[in-house]
Amino acid sequence: MVNNVNIELANKEAIKLIQAAQPIIKGVGVARDVVPGMRENMILHAGPPITWDRMSGPMRGAVIGGIIYQGLAKDQASAEKLAASRDIVFAPWHEHSGVGPMAGVATANMPVWIIENKTHGNRTYCTLNEGLGKVLRFGAFSPEVIDRLRWMQDILGPVIAAALELRGEINLKSLIAQALQMGDEVHNRNRAGTSLFFREIAPAIVDTKFRDADKKKVLEFITSNDHFFLNLSMPAAKAMLQAAEWIKGSTIVTTMSRNGTDFGIRVAGLQERWFTGPAQMVKGLLFPGYSDADCNPDLGDSAITETAGLGAFSMAAAPAIVRFVGGSASQAYEITNRMYEITEAESESFQIPALDFRGSPTGINLLKVCERDILPQINTGIAHCRAGIGQVGAGLVNPPFACFEAALEAFAETYAPVFQ
Amino acid sequence: MIQLNDLFNQPVKVINVGIPSFADDLKKQGVPVIHVEWRPPAGGNKKIAALLERIEHSQEVFHTSKG
Repeated sequence: MVNNVNIELANKEAIKLIQAAQPIIKGVGVARDVVPGMRENMILHAGPPITWDRMSGPMRGAVIGGIIYQGLAKDQASAEKLAASRDIVFAPWHEHSGVGPMAGVATANMPVWIIENKTHGNRTYCTLNEGLGKVLRFGAFSPEVIDRLRWMQDILGPVIAAALELRGEINLKSLIAQALQMGDEVHNRNRAGTSLFFREIAPAIVDTKFRDADKKKVLEFITSNDHFFLNLSMPAAKAMLQAAEWIKGSTIVTTMSRNGTDFGIRVAGLQERWFTGPAQMVKGLLFPGYSDADCNPDLGDSAITETAGLGAFSMAAAPAIVRFVGGSASQAYEITNRMYEITEAESESFQIPALDFRGSPTGINLLKVCERDILPQINTGIAHCRAGIGQVGAGLVNPPFACFEAALEAFAETYAPVFQ
Repeated sequence: MIQLNDLFNQPVKVINVGIPSFADDLKKQGVPVIHVEWRPPAGGNKKIAALLERIEHSQEVFHTSKG
């Protein structure tokens, strides 16, 4: 029988799986070898599915850069021509067990983190963070961007992979829990997380057999980039939420992501179906010299952190972040408190000191979002709307309600059909 | 029973339900006010409310059939 399901029990099961998940860093591999379904002519991207003709400026820029980096075209014009042809296959990272920040573009040669949920065995993937400034994830594709990606492929990835082999797996859930105690929310503030990771990996990097100059550059690269840990917190969040896919009858949201044009969500009980609406404009602080006209709509898979109860959902743990995304410290507390209204549980692992160590709001419940008319809160970087320029600021944004309305409608059709 | 005129001759104490700006205006005038967060179910969206009711009803039917 179609509606033979107890939603409350299904959600309890989904939450139990999310809480029990134990993401660890298993290693670093090459996307071609480790990402399920990856192919030479495939480009993975952030957000729900999208075609070249509907892509925003920064997404197009990142695709152009990815094609040049992968050696599929030599310059911008030929890369654009190839991207518009059927010879390139575009696919969301989320449909290949992974996530990508901002444009999230990944190609077959790129090194990727391999994250494993030790409790349930599922694996997730993410590229390594490139740093700030002119970077592929914000749509830049100049020679310096491509050169850095090649260095990451030839040196950074192999050095960290070798260090992890010497060091053994690293418990990511524990690092995230500690980072929250130290003022991060592991979406737009990753200073503590990056430092904690550095402490874990640095001695093993020194012990690898690579040239001293290469090891030094790798150590400098990690420690000079406060966002290095973002590409670990994201696949960790994905690994936890993936554990709840696809629990029949559950209304827990397992994916929130954006491709710069559309915002998409997926719900545990509705399996792989995407529910989309227009990506919204981000309100926040812009870097000097930029105005609202320069901003691209909301972009990236990094909202997976919020989906897992981190990011803006844990902003009360990171009041200093308001200097980056705008607002006030009291607003950070208000946001976290509001998110408890639409979530099903409090994290057993991630605690917020300023709220008397209350567990972070975990497990967005589609029914609560719709009933209480409260949208999930996300904090995020803002990309320039034209390809190749990069980040112009950071701020706060919500998903469009249309995603939740469409998902609710589908849930009612699936689990509460009206018989004629 | 307090007469209406007596009510307005006493200091006013207000419980504001719903729109926060009403409470803010009173606070600015020095009136003691307690604000209660409230919004209509589904934000007053009839389509959403009907879908939620449909799902809730199906759950009631499910629980009843299970005894």
